[in-house]
Amino acid sequence: MRREGVPIIVVLPAAIGAAFFIVPLVGLIVRSPWGDALTALSAPETLEALKLSLIASLSATAVAVVLGVPLAWVYARVAFPGRALLRALTTLPMVLPPVVGGIALLLAFGRRGLLGAWLASTFGITFPFTTVGVVMAETFVAMPFLILTVEAGLRSMDRRYEEAARALGASRWRVFIRVTLPLIGPSLFAGAVLCWARALGEFGATITFAGNFPGVTQTMPLAVYLLLESNQEASFILSLVLLLVSLVVLVGLKDRWLGFGST
Amino acid sequence: MRNPLVLIVVAVVLAACGSTSSSATPLSGNVSVFAAASLTAAFNALGTDFQGANSGVTMKFNFAGTPTLVTQIEQGAPADVFASADSANKNKLKGDGFTAGTPKVFARNKLEIVVAPGNPNGITGLADLAKPGVIYITEAPTVPAGKYALQALKLAGVTVTPKSLEADVKSVVSKIELGEADAGIVYKTDVTAAGSKVSGVPIPDADNVVATYPIVAVKATTNAAAADAFIAYVLSALGQAKLQSFGFLSAS
Repeated sequence: MRREGVPIIVVLPAAIGAAFFIVPLVGLIVRSPWGDALTALSAPETLEALKLSLIASLSATAVAVVLGVPLAWVYARVAFPGRALLRALTTLPMVLPPVVGGIALLLAFGRRGLLGAWLASTFGITFPFTTVGVVMAETFVAMPFLILTVEAGLRSMDRRYEEAARALGASRWRVFIRVTLPLIGPSLFAGAVLCWARALGEFGATITFAGNFPGVTQTMPLAVYLLLESNQEASFILSLVLLLVSLVVLVGLKDRWLGFGST
Repeated sequence: MRNPLVLIVVAVVLAACGSTSSSATPLSGNVSVFAAASLTAAFNALGTDFQGANSGVTMKFNFAGTPTLVTQIEQGAPADVFASADSANKNKLKGDGFTAGTPKVFARNKLEIVVAPGNPNGITGLADLAKPGVIYITEAPTVPAGKYALQALKLAGVTVTPKSLEADVKSVVSKIELGEADAGIVYKTDVTAAGSKVSGVPIPDADNVVATYPIVAVKATTNAAAADAFIAYVLSALGQAKLQSFGFLSAS
């Protein structure tokens, strides 16, 4: 490949675009009191919030995989009237303000919600102010990322492998497990990681639907927000921890897993 | 009426301070008021009135938990006026050199227990918040209301673990309205503002905490004349009457 100069008309906006993301991060890094980092990090509330964040975001990702992969399969493989509308509805949380998502969850699964009222009166189950509520809020906001990524993977895979396996007598389930899943593996992995990253940073839907209490519903983003009001420096440090965790994962992902073929 | 008079006085004072030439020019431009969340309804009404009296002025409000406002102003958000729900945050902003002039207390507020309409759980006082089965929520102790709520519970000798520490008073009220929680401690004015959607249970004065609300101009204001005029309006008899109609106690 002949190496050609990159046109300035591309480089300039690209550089501004990159700087737009990097400068705020530098701001956080510069303004963080690194001397107090250890104190802030080893505070029991921090560890509690970090632990809860990891548990909740991983659970949300697991739920998203279990429910989202079949949904993506349906979108990719089954033609039915209203498919476009259904797909739009299930990916709406990507554009919905998370706080509105939280209110919507309350209206559905809250103590007086459409389903929630019945669940509360019949089984005594309520979700707000519980860790399960946190997982629900995170799943609601993050699962669309998994659905879309996996659907794209299913659509772009070569279906002849599946057909061959079927022709050789494998059951549909066996084909799905032994052929389809391995083929969409990279998309599934990428989708799960995007979903997890989104769940980890979730704030609006969580505080609205699940509330905020240390150890039960106070995830890292909530702790950061509330610390911002009392101890700004500590909140910067916590933000950086979140950033670092996400950055390690995102850098660790190879481009192809995220579907941006490294041509 | 009182209001135009105050404006003239302010304008004269400003003219006397004499930066540039023009005497009592009508006020104009935007006034950005950063106000505590508990002031939402009252300040929106005050803003409408002030705008009515000063057609050249556009009032803009930013309501949030007081510490959030302090952070925003210190990070350079374009604020002209700061109305705080406590003196601690006002002192912080002042101490950091972001205020202009002397802060003045313009209102006071008491705490009240907020419950669902008709008080279905039969809550009669702070002690009932600890009753089994009652879902009690409050504000995080980082916001003034949460700090006051803790003080009130301590005064009453009640120990209760909230289900949630919400980011501001409005979130507490809306969770009561939605029926997710049974009781919370908020300002009396929040109960008044929510109207028939909630009920209030008074807290006796012995256990109650009185919040004071100071107002001050922000040093970086680009519209000092209008900012000072709005502050003067809030402190005027007319402004005070308006605030009291929303359940606030008088400044003194």
